[in-house]
Amino acid sequence: MAELFGWTGLVLHIDLTTGAITREHPDPAAYRAYLGGKGLAGRYLRPHAAHEINDPDLPLLVFTGPLNATIAPTSGRGTIMSRSPLTGTVCDGSVGGHLATQLKRAGYDGLVITGQSPTPCGIEIIDGEARITPTDLWGAASDVVFDRLTSRLPKGASMACIGPAAENGSPLASILVDRRHAAGRGGLGMVMAAKNLKYFTVKGSGKVRVHDLQALKDAREEIFRLTAASPVLLGRHGFSRWGTGSLFDLMDARRMMPTDNFRKTRFENAGQLNAAAYKKRFSPHSHGCAGCHIRCKKIAADGRGLPEFEAMSHFTALINNTDMELVVEAGDLCNRLGLDAISAGATLGCLREITGRDFTPDTLLGGLREMAEGGDLGRGAVHLAETWGRPETAMAVKGLELPAYDPRGALGMSLAYAVSTRGGCHLRAYPISHEVLRKPVATDRFSFSGKARIIKIAEDMNAAVDSLTACKFTFFAAGLEEYAKAFTAVTGEAVTGFELLGIGERICYNERIMNAANGFDASDDDLPARFFTEPGTSGGGVDIKPIDRDDFLDARARYYHVRGLDENGLPTEAKARELGLEI
Amino acid sequence: MKRLCDKYAAKLVAQRLADPGEPLVGGLDDVLEWNREDPRARELAKVFDRLSINSLVFARPAEPYAAILDFLAARHPETIRPEDTETRTFLHDIPVCREFSGEALAAHLKKRKSVIVPGHGIASFGTVTPEQGFVFYSSTIFACFVLFFSEYLARARTGTLDDEYREVFRTVAAGLPAPHAAPPALTAGLFNDEDTVLAAMAEAGRAVVGFGLVDSFFGNISAHLGGVVHISQTGSSLDELEGCIDPCPMDGSATTGLTASSELSAHEDVYRRSDYACILHGHPKFSVIMSMDCDRTDCPNRGRCHVACTECRTVDGVPIVPGEVGTGPTGLCNTLPPAMAQTGAAIVHGHGVFTAGSTDFNQAFARLLDIENRCRERYFETVNAHD
Repeated sequence: MAELFGWTGLVLHIDLTTGAITREHPDPAAYRAYLGGKGLAGRYLRPHAAHEINDPDLPLLVFTGPLNATIAPTSGRGTIMSRSPLTGTVCDGSVGGHLATQLKRAGYDGLVITGQSPTPCGIEIIDGEARITPTDLWGAASDVVFDRLTSRLPKGASMACIGPAAENGSPLASILVDRRHAAGRGGLGMVMAAKNLKYFTVKGSGKVRVHDLQALKDAREEIFRLTAASPVLLGRHGFSRWGTGSLFDLMDARRMMPTDNFRKTRFENAGQLNAAAYKKRFSPHSHGCAGCHIRCKKIAADGRGLPEFEAMSHFTALINNTDMELVVEAGDLCNRLGLDAISAGATLGCLREITGRDFTPDTLLGGLREMAEGGDLGRGAVHLAETWGRPETAMAVKGLELPAYDPRGALGMSLAYAVSTRGGCHLRAYPISHEVLRKPVATDRFSFSGKARIIKIAEDMNAAVDSLTACKFTFFAAGLEEYAKAFTAVTGEAVTGFELLGIGERICYNERIMNAANGFDASDDDLPARFFTEPGTSGGGVDIKPIDRDDFLDARARYYHVRGLDENGLPTEAKARELGLEI
Repeated sequence: MKRLCDKYAAKLVAQRLADPGEPLVGGLDDVLEWNREDPRARELAKVFDRLSINSLVFARPAEPYAAILDFLAARHPETIRPEDTETRTFLHDIPVCREFSGEALAAHLKKRKSVIVPGHGIASFGTVTPEQGFVFYSSTIFACFVLFFSEYLARARTGTLDDEYREVFRTVAAGLPAPHAAPPALTAGLFNDEDTVLAAMAEAGRAVVGFGLVDSFFGNISAHLGGVVHISQTGSSLDELEGCIDPCPMDGSATTGLTASSELSAHEDVYRRSDYACILHGHPKFSVIMSMDCDRTDCPNRGRCHVACTECRTVDGVPIVPGEVGTGPTGLCNTLPPAMAQTGAAIVHGHGVFTAGSTDFNQAFARLLDIENRCRERYFETVNAHD
């Protein structure tokens, strides 16, 4: 095999049923077609995408990208992917910390975990050596797992684990990484639990070969200059200084704060619960993923992680809670139990609407513990709402609970939610970037005009970003133009930003094919009825109306056309062939 | 999309960046629409087939910009590299394409945000709205204008001018619009409430654009009232500021300034160090050109002047400071505030001018205009002295 730059050229396969550990050299063409990260993981998932969660053949995929473990800015992220136990769709999480960096330094572009261990186990990888080891940590909270592993593993090892929520069968279960990061959405933790896999750890000491270090330094300099000019990233009120919580004031000011389970869009107590209030009360310091100069995570003086924007919003406005300490405690508990904080908060919001009862600290934290014990509450908002005979109260798309951006205040966001391949996710196209944050330029957030193509292009771009890999936040400032230079410098493969976009299109279409195989069509690319019938909270010069159903359907039809899908949202053979795929 | 195509075609004309009837702006959602019919649209449509974009701007610039572009494209046959810091940050460099065809344009636009086709015009694109193409088109003209006059001055200093450059320079200089002699009468008096502040900012923004002291996308404006800095949003057009101004409390009690101008830090620090009530920031071209004019050819910081200049340089007493856009160790947020607090005005190397006013925008505007007019005079005086 020709010598590779950027990629290691090796994928590690671990079968927990047989204990077999094998190494594969993927076809170099696969790297060019899918890059790495989300793209390459999707290629490995495709043949198994219709498997049930308990099927040992359903893989759990952990993939790095060519930029991991290089000096390319924000290149510390990786992908964890499988089929979602919550939604049945393809499901990937872009995960931070040091996991992807360590895996790459250990010599692997990816890790494919299949099978089912007869007893609870862990996987430990140190450079070229990998072993499956029995564990007595089953049932332990994630902080206990991290404490125990930290005490006996080499310094700098990266660790991923599940908590009790996964073990008890909650499809809201996350995979925690390096204590402060998570593949949160879609229940990927439950896939690990189905394999009897409690944790996996990686420590690498190798170096990634870079084709042209000076060119990479030049590209890095361009990206640094652009991020320095970005108000959202490094500005006075930006993520670096305040964390993603700095969105809190803005979302409320724009009348987009999901309040009372999306029945209102402004929270009257927002001013007392914003990022500034957290900073004053918890005196946080900054923490970041490997290779990141933005460092958007904020850690309280007592060591607890402060909530990200979505948890800040859902544990307050969505459920009418004004106790900031309770928010931090709830976020911390979600991490220890291994629960997705967005879905957990949204499920509590659903429960509150159904019962009409506010939460006390005891009932809120008790609710989270109940989720982690299995049962109806732990199965998410859609299941809960159906169980109570109130399906209209589940604010979810394809079964995935919506995050903290009300789609009535940003119509591109409404379309992005609806067509996202993993359900109610804000990150596939992240139109908040232009509809609210004005990057790369502002668009009219109350119009669908042009949004079909904008969403499609943004999905393609983010798929490429998650495959390189880099952090999507950086793309508030830089673009694929700059990252193509970094990619070329690292790999020696000449590529333009538009060619990366083309690879992103292939990756997205591949996911559409997998979802179609699992029965998803246009009827699933939709929003909860509430958004079409009820207004949000108008004021401050803006009118938050219900979304016009016809306009939405027209925009969705245009999206299907632009994406190369048929009128039912299904992939076509012709388009698949054009992208080098098969149906 | 058609409405946006029309809007930015009109804006190119209104800002005298293209002649009436010249701009072609195409927008694609599911169907491609143009602002008007033109035989060239057929060729330009091929760019959409080759690139995943949603809009394209194409026009031959108005004079004297067209002459500048054609001249520079002849002197820099493959790539024009801007010297001013802002366009260098965002555009990196500008390729030159010798052939007007969809295929050739797409090949260049694959790599960069705009491309110059000598004798034909500038093509630029957007992936979100036609505004991006408008901004890149406008930035390309700005970058080329600054480069043309900067190179001429540098060559005049070193005695390396040639007749062709002199000839084009004479034509271009003769085609420059006459400088505005007097500032406009903006609303006078102290800012007493938020509504007054917002109206005054919108008025001043329109005037700065109207006087050609900034291309509409660049620059920023702020006013200080009761511990709150009201500042134009990032990427806002200064001639369309209504609804695009963020209130940013200086006590750090809110983060509503997440969408504020990238220069919020610098503005805030100026207010902390002084009693000024408002700040204007524009990119007047001759101020930018003169800020980069330096006769120290043996300076060890040559080539890094925008971040590393240690000289106390001035233009008619107005300090020139180094500093890049935004924050960071070499950001202008570190260098601008102390200079501004002392003199009420400063030029950032290769970037633009900041001026402050004590009560309203009249003083700040007059100072901005005066600095640009003085720089323009100094420019031609210096050229004449050396050639």
